[in-house]
Parts: sequence; C-alpha cells; structure tokens
Amino acid sequence: MSSLSRARLALLPLALLQLSLLASCGRETRDYRSNMLHAQNRAADFRGNAYHIAQGQRLFGWMNCSGCHSHGGGGMGPPLRDAKWRYGSSMDNIVQTILNGRPNGMPAFRARITEDQAWELAAYVTSLSIRTRKDALSARGEEPANVEPPTLDERKNPRAVSGKQDAAEKKVGTQ
Amino acid sequence: MMRASAPLPSLLALFLGACHGVQTSASGDGTESLRIGNLFGLFLGTTGVVYLIVLVLLAIAIKRGTRHRACGSGLQGEPPSHLENRWRLGLIVFTGATALILLLLSLATFLTDRSIARAAGAPTVEVEVIGHQWWWEVRYRDPVAGRTLHTANELHIPAGLTTQVKLSTSDVIHSLWIPNLAGKQDLIPGRKTDVMLHPLHTGLYRSQCAEFCGMQHARMALDVTVDSPADFARWYDTSLKSPPIPTGGLAYAGFQIFQNRQCASCHNVADTPASGMVAPDLSHIASRRTIAAGTLAMSHANLRSWIADPQTPKPGNQMPKVTLSPAELDALTAYLETLK
Repeated sequence: MSSLSRARLALLPLALLQLSLLASCGRETRDYRSNMLHAQNRAADFRGNAYHIAQGQRLFGWMNCSGCHSHGGGGMGPPLRDAKWRYGSSMDNIVQTILNGRPNGMPAFRARITEDQAWELAAYVTSLSIRTRKDALSARGEEPANVEPPTLDERKNPRAVSGKQDAAEKKVGTQ
Repeated sequence: MMRASAPLPSLLALFLGACHGVQTSASGDGTESLRIGNLFGLFLGTTGVVYLIVLVLLAIAIKRGTRHRACGSGLQGEPPSHLENRWRLGLIVFTGATALILLLLSLATFLTDRSIARAAGAPTVEVEVIGHQWWWEVRYRDPVAGRTLHTANELHIPAGLTTQVKLSTSDVIHSLWIPNLAGKQDLIPGRKTDVMLHPLHTGLYRSQCAEFCGMQHARMALDVTVDSPADFARWYDTSLKSPPIPTGGLAYAGFQIFQNRQCASCHNVADTPASGMVAPDLSHIASRRTIAAGTLAMSHANLRSWIADPQTPKPGNQMPKVTLSPAELDALTAYLETLK
C-alpha cells in the first residue's frame, strides 16, 4: 500500500469520529419562542432538553419553589425527588399543577409565569426524580439536580399507623 | 500602487473617528482614561520612531548587502578591520539606547499608575453594580436611610468628583468597561471588585460588558450619564420619588395589566405592589435612553415591540414572550411611559 493511501486510511477513523460528534448537536437546540403547533406533544420538546432544564432550574429559584419544596426535598410541600405524586407525575400533570395550583396549598402560577416557563419548570422537576440524560442535566450550582436522582423505590410514610394507609396512598399517588 | 493605497483614506478615517464618541478610549474624559491615553501616546510615539529608525537601518543594510555581494566581500564572515570599531560602537549605542528607552517607558508606566491611584482619593458617591445575564443592576448607597436608589441599565455620576463603583455578579463573570472614563474591571462570582471613576466633564457615554457572559453578551450595554454635581443631586432626589399611579385611561388599564399579569412577578416598580427583584427595576424606565441594556433605543414603538416579543431583538434573554393583545400592549406601553 502506498504511503499516500495509507495516510488516507488513517484519516478514516478521524472522519468517523467527527461524524459521531454531530450526534450531540441536538442537545443545544434552543427554542426561545414556543411553536404552538407542537401543542400535541410539548412534553417531548421540553423533557430531557438541556436548555429547558437549565431554565427550569433558574425559574425554580426565581419563583421561590424552594420555599415549600426545598430544592426538591419537600417541607411544607411534598418532595419532588421521589416517585410519589399526588396529582400525577407526567409532564402534563406537572404543568397543570403549576399553572392551576392544587388543594392543600399549591398556588396557581397561571398569571405569574408563561406556559412555556411552566413547561420548563416541569422539565426541571421531572429531571429531579426521573433518570435524565447526563448531558441534559444542569451543570449550574450545587443543586441536587446535578447528581443522579435517588432510586425510585417507594418511601415508607413515617406517619403511617398501619400498613393499610400506606397501601391507600400508594394507590392514589403513584403513576 | 493605486490599488494598494485605496484603503488608506478609509483607514485613516477609521482611526481619526475614534478620537471622539460615546464609546471610545481615546477621548480621555476621565482621569484614568486621560492618563493612560497620554501614556499610550508616549509609547506610540517612542516605538513609532524606533520602528522608523529600524526600517531605515534595514533599508541601508539591504542596499549595502547588494553592494558587498557584488564586490565579493560578503557579510557572513568577520567585519572588515577598518569597520570593526565603528560596528562595535554602533552596537553598544544601539543596545544602550534600547535599554534606556525601555527603562524610561517602564518609569512612565509606574508614574502613571501611581498618579491614577493617588487621583482617586476618597469617593464622594458609592454605587453597587451587580451584573446579571444580560443586564446591569445599579444600587446607590446613601448614608441616610431611606435614600437608597435602585435602578437598572443606567449609571449617573457627578463630574469632577470620584465615584466608587463596587462590582459583583449574580451569575457568571461580566466586566464593566466605560472606555471614555476608565479601564475594564471584572465582575467575578464570589468576589467583590471595584473601580474608581473620576470624570473630568459632563457627557453621555456608553459602557459595554467586556467579558463573554453568554448568548447576549453583545447586548449588555450600560448608559452612563455624567452630570454636574448639582444636576446629579437633582436627578437623585427626583428618582427617589416615584411617579404617581395613573387614575384612569389607557395608562390605568396598563397599570392593572402590569400588576395582575406576569410583569409583576419579576419586575419592580416603586410604591406599587409589583416588587419582583429578579428583573430590571422599571420605576423610571421612561427616562432611560435605551431598552434592555442598550438593545433598542427608547421610543414608544420600540417599547411596545419589546414587550410584545423580547425574544426577537435579544433571543435567549430571560424575559419571556407573553401573549398580549394589541390593546393590552398599547395600555402597557402607555403605563410604562408614565414612569419617568
């Protein structure tokens, strides 16, 4: 084999490597003005998108969600990092929770944030409890979101008196 | 030859145009920029002359080289004995002059630096500038309680007096650069830095963020106004009072929309329920020269189009696009224009 063709052959793995790098380009897609035509499946646009998760983290701080939910650990409000969801864990459910509020103290943010911002918050909150692509998780700050979520095992309710209460809550909360 | 000199007049115009303007480091409108400008002139002159001398010597050497090669003596070997002393003397003089010039330039730098530090003195005005992505939060401190002034994207300072600008940031590294007045100073997370401004006369200047800070780093300007001390005091006192809440008409409708919709959750307007702290303070937005940190010039049309869609002129900035009807936009713009 001539030295020239050998050199060309050596470049082949390099070219393949460069092509593989293009695979991560989608991660940086940023949609600043939502395209309402995708109203059917907005969850897919927002979930697992690095930009939206980072913006959701910012809004989590701006809207003082930690005031009740303490960076996902709960407090006055339920924790957001476990698998127990009173009103549903899908993105649509979380968006409705944020916009309309819920009984027992969750305020309605419909007039305070835009729908897109609610979707970004939902993307962030989802990343707290559901395994998300490592390169989509926000790299900002010392928030718990930077580490992989804990296991999705059921947490025993410390206040349960009997196993029956546990089972009942299990039926209502988990999705 | 014609084609080579064609860009020359436009280049000259470019250089000469840098002498004056709202954003130039060549005009020396502040003590620091003036002294450093003078130092720069000294360096430019000295090195320019040295450069010309070197070019002349190079030309002589090239010409001499042709002559020597022609008569076969060459320059590779020892210098001819009748020239040896002259060459030695020339080298000593050249090296000595270089060392002396460098020493003098270092001395000039040292003296300039000291004179700038000494000229600052005790500050008369203290301002905190906090960098955000991508706007400037400005807080004036006053020893009298209740006279703290919060504003955004504008800086007013008195001429002839020293203002200490204390810098910090809420997210990433920014850099405050008011070229007419002083050099750059970084705003570093977790660190407090400061810059002393001593403007020499009144004027309007444009400052720029000088450290890449994200998508809209290029659209993070700060309008700097240097007033006379009396005008500055007057502006300060006026800004401490808030404009009255409108009582009727389009402006009142705008006020209602502002308070009840998304605006109030991020923005602050003094003496109204809207007290969001994460976005620029809008208490006196109508008296600013630009919108969104220098992105758009202040005008009715620009203000309306900014509120309608902030993501088009400044994509990626933290203000969302809120869906508003044309009537709501008119009302909001009318309300914001009352906030002088």
